[in-house]
Amino acid sequence: MIPGRRPKLDLLSPALIDQILEEAFLVLERTGVSFENPEARELFRQAGQAADDGTQRVRLTPRLVERCLATAPAVIDLFDRSGEKSFRVGGDEVHFDPGSSGTRILDHQTLRERKPVTSDLVSIARLTDVLAHLHFQSTALVPSDIPGEIADAYRLFLALLFSSKPVVTGTFRVAGFGPMRDLLSAVRGGVEALRAKPLAIFDACPSPPLRWSRLTSQSLIDCARAGIPSELISMGMTGATSPATISGTLVQHVVENLAGLCLTQIVRPGAPVIFGGSPSSFDMRQGTTPMGAMETMMIDCAYAQLGKRLGLPTHAYMALSDAKTNDAQAGFETGIGAVLAALAGINVISGPGMLDYESTISLEKMVIDDEICALAYRLISGIVPREDPLAAHLFEEFGPETDFLKSAHTRKWYRIEHLLPGVADRDPYDAWEAKGGRTIADRAADRVKDLLAKNPPPLPDFALAAELRRIIEADARANGISGLPDLPVF
Amino acid sequence: MTPDLFSAMAKAVVDGDPETAAGLARTALETRIPPAEALEKGFIPGIQTVGELWESGDYFLPELIASAGAMKAATAILRPVLEASGSSVAGTGTVVIGTVEGDIHDIGKNLVSAMLTANGFKVVDLGADVKLPDFIEAAEKSSADLICLSALLTTTMLGQRRLIELLTDRGLRGRFKVLVGGAPTSRKWAQEIGADGYGESAPAAVREALALLGKAKS
Repeated sequence: MIPGRRPKLDLLSPALIDQILEEAFLVLERTGVSFENPEARELFRQAGQAADDGTQRVRLTPRLVERCLATAPAVIDLFDRSGEKSFRVGGDEVHFDPGSSGTRILDHQTLRERKPVTSDLVSIARLTDVLAHLHFQSTALVPSDIPGEIADAYRLFLALLFSSKPVVTGTFRVAGFGPMRDLLSAVRGGVEALRAKPLAIFDACPSPPLRWSRLTSQSLIDCARAGIPSELISMGMTGATSPATISGTLVQHVVENLAGLCLTQIVRPGAPVIFGGSPSSFDMRQGTTPMGAMETMMIDCAYAQLGKRLGLPTHAYMALSDAKTNDAQAGFETGIGAVLAALAGINVISGPGMLDYESTISLEKMVIDDEICALAYRLISGIVPREDPLAAHLFEEFGPETDFLKSAHTRKWYRIEHLLPGVADRDPYDAWEAKGGRTIADRAADRVKDLLAKNPPPLPDFALAAELRRIIEADARANGISGLPDLPVF
Repeated sequence: MTPDLFSAMAKAVVDGDPETAAGLARTALETRIPPAEALEKGFIPGIQTVGELWESGDYFLPELIASAGAMKAATAILRPVLEASGSSVAGTGTVVIGTVEGDIHDIGKNLVSAMLTANGFKVVDLGADVKLPDFIEAAEKSSADLICLSALLTTTMLGQRRLIELLTDRGLRGRFKVLVGGAPTSRKWAQEIGADGYGESAPAAVREALALLGKAKS
């Protein structure tokens, strides 16, 4: 049988890939990248690179970059909380997770954004856990009822309690790494067990152009030592913090990400690292960073292609929207992004559920986007010749009575070949009207309630839950915080 | 000759050409044109045209930044002479602006800074990662009307609240208006911390600043 073909999107020609990489290597060597972190500069110096403490600039030779690329793994296997289910991050595998670190939540009752609290983050973790097409969860919101000092570890604490899926997260402070690593290794039963079966990805963002802050460099160093995968999130804004042209921004993207990658490989050769990003087309009218702009998505797909060429796992912030509510813009930007990202074979796609420039999460949108992700997965599963012959044999008995609705062939294949929608509308008009003429957001709101009511959270066993609680309470105390918000009881 | 010079000054600002703007400012001084007149008849009409081009949707941020740069180049030459002569030009107001401590993001702040300059404000830009007492010191020194605080992180936005508390503690809260902005902030946040204004975008920040100083455009 002829094998099916996975549809694929390649925006860059081989010649353009070569030129972008050549220029990136040139910039790394001639201009270099600023590392504000003294330990990072010292590590580069020990690796034989020129590091200037005055300008904080580190220049990287092509030789070192090649050596670091050679030791960085092409594939990372993430494991869920149980350690039994694994997810391959590499090749053209596609995994969606909700967009991360929003500061607001869209309230479906009022259709207005509001500040999120602990219970919102719990709902997001629980909902992510049951949405089949979101393979990973993320620490999607910064809750407002917890002091900023421990928000990073507290979010991870909630994620580990209320969902069993691997987590995309990150530190907000240098001291956040310790308790976060402790939470993760408590789940695994030790630091080495965590290294063998990573449970979380830590995002680390350079500050464009060409700068790694003290905090983010430290996150790279700490994660590399602990074997926790780092996701490199270069985020140039075209014409503002990176060149106005897409190809020019791609050069900067590669430079920033490779500088970060080299730091991880110097700390520990073979440290898991993902070539990611959150760049955007900068809106020259509003000064905003539209994630739903076609140019943003083009940059994303193109740098992913570059990451693949460098032999690395990839990530992007796609399948999200800048709309403020679940309107047509929310749907088309998310839909286009999910489809393009899947076609580009991006391994970790962070975005579902997100609105308003990566700042607002909507539970209803998570449900809608889960369905969009299903469509994207359907597309990349391709057109497969299920049988040989394909259909010629079905027409041997052809006559006026031929009706495929009755045929065994239909019953055998229709569920495999075709997706049935969950919240998308396929009613005839009269039926839609009879049900109240509701929008997809209304139907999604019902589904959120239904899913949360029917699925109790997959809480860890009592001993682990108590240990996680002990770690977060110790971090709170160390930061002078006496009480933590009450958690919902199940 | 002089009307031509004034229109060339305006054009240099509209074109966003700092070298020409600075050259024309020097020409004005050499030819004994009072600096106040050079500003009022030459450069300020230029920046007003830029504002109109922005409002009509013909100019975008890159043009705005370039024009603000030209304006800055001209005023850098004219202002010292103007101040030495004891006269003053009817400016829009004085603003101290910066991104609060712990936060190195300055793109949004730079946009607001450029647009305030373009709208005739005297802008004291302290940059990014600015210690809170430095805002107050600079505001007192420049007799500012307004302090503008930017923050891009949920952790550093707390600095905006602390600055207002600091002003209150020092008995200075009534002296300066405070305007906040940055990705994680909102009008609600501004109200919660007792700020006087909130700028959702750079143009909105300018509108808010003008309104706070009672100079809103109709």
